[in-house]
Amino acid sequence: MEKLSSTLPNMFLSLMITCAVSGIILAGANMYTAGPIALSKAAALEKAISDVTPDFDNNPLDEAYHGVTSDGDSLRIYPALKDGQLVGVAVDSYTKNGFSGEIKIIVGFDAEGTLINYAVLQHAETPGLGSKMDEWFRTDKNQQSVIGRSLAGGNLAVSKDGGNVDAITASTITSRAFLDAINRAYSAYKGTSTDSTTGASTKKGDSYE
Amino acid sequence: MNNIKILLNGILKENPIFVLLLGMCPTLGTTSSAINGMGMGLATTFVLMCTNMVISALKNLIPNAVRIPAYVVIIATFVTPLQMFIEAFLPSLYQSLGLFIPLIVVNCIVLGRAEAFAGKHGVIPSGFDGLGAGLGFTLALTLLGATRELLGTGKIFNLVCMPEEYGSLIFVLAPGAFIALGFLIALINKVRKV
Repeated sequence: MEKLSSTLPNMFLSLMITCAVSGIILAGANMYTAGPIALSKAAALEKAISDVTPDFDNNPLDEAYHGVTSDGDSLRIYPALKDGQLVGVAVDSYTKNGFSGEIKIIVGFDAEGTLINYAVLQHAETPGLGSKMDEWFRTDKNQQSVIGRSLAGGNLAVSKDGGNVDAITASTITSRAFLDAINRAYSAYKGTSTDSTTGASTKKGDSYE
Repeated sequence: MNNIKILLNGILKENPIFVLLLGMCPTLGTTSSAINGMGMGLATTFVLMCTNMVISALKNLIPNAVRIPAYVVIIATFVTPLQMFIEAFLPSLYQSLGLFIPLIVVNCIVLGRAEAFAGKHGVIPSGFDGLGAGLGFTLALTLLGATRELLGTGKIFNLVCMPEEYGSLIFVLAPGAFIALGFLIALINKVRKV
């Protein structure tokens, strides 16, 4: 077959057909994969929640609510219940103070506000430096680990800022941002849930009693 | 020129990175570790082979004056569904590769091979050309990624080769990518001349 010459109708038709076919393929692929993508995202979130909270027997995704942080922001909180008792929460937190872009983490606290575990969901920190936060803050070495710390006594801070958490070597900005996300998660959690000292409940707290 | 020769041509004589110096942006951006480099290389190889064959099959239907936009649309039509399918069915692979896949669309090697080879040759040789250029790209990226990972963090493919303290951070960052690439090109040129 001869190559089509570059006349206006030829160019118009060939580009239009290319784009139309491409559009149909894209729409088809999107329709076909939208369901599985949503499922795999939900599964990843569910796994992250069960990683950072104690054993639970409810569905935290269904009972999620929004907690307000001290700086007025709103974060998603997934309560973990066992036999109707609140055993912990997973807080979907983020910070914009990262070295490059947003850092999204999910933090688990038990009912007393002790940090159980965390998972980094998304970040764009420098590979080999800031990206170490995934491991660094759970490694039990010097004062690196944040696991098992209680935030009831105040916010966490890196040792450079007068706190007692060792920052990642050469990544103080990322470390500060990471702790900021944790502090925000705690403040969102405490801003809405049951008051542990008096037993009085606020907002959504009623459902756990 | 037979197909094997076309294949080797892409890997050695016209290696996209070491000889043609094409596609520097993904090369420098994604090679902070060997596994990242290899993943990017293999994803690009797949796209290169498919688009080369499709473009070669359609070359007579696309008038010369509008071939570039048509090629770009065809390439994007391969990359976007590929990304969707990986995200849907291989979420763990998507975690490590997801960031790079959209970058393939703007990789000039893909458009370059379409323009220089697939637009003038048959479907089968074009497939081999895409495979060759893709494998050459993968080889170069893996080599560069391994060099940077070793010098930067003391590991290759996450296997510890030397204590991390000996690693020099600059090689993990962008400036180290330029330095490592420069020395690798010099080395390859020396070997090629012998």
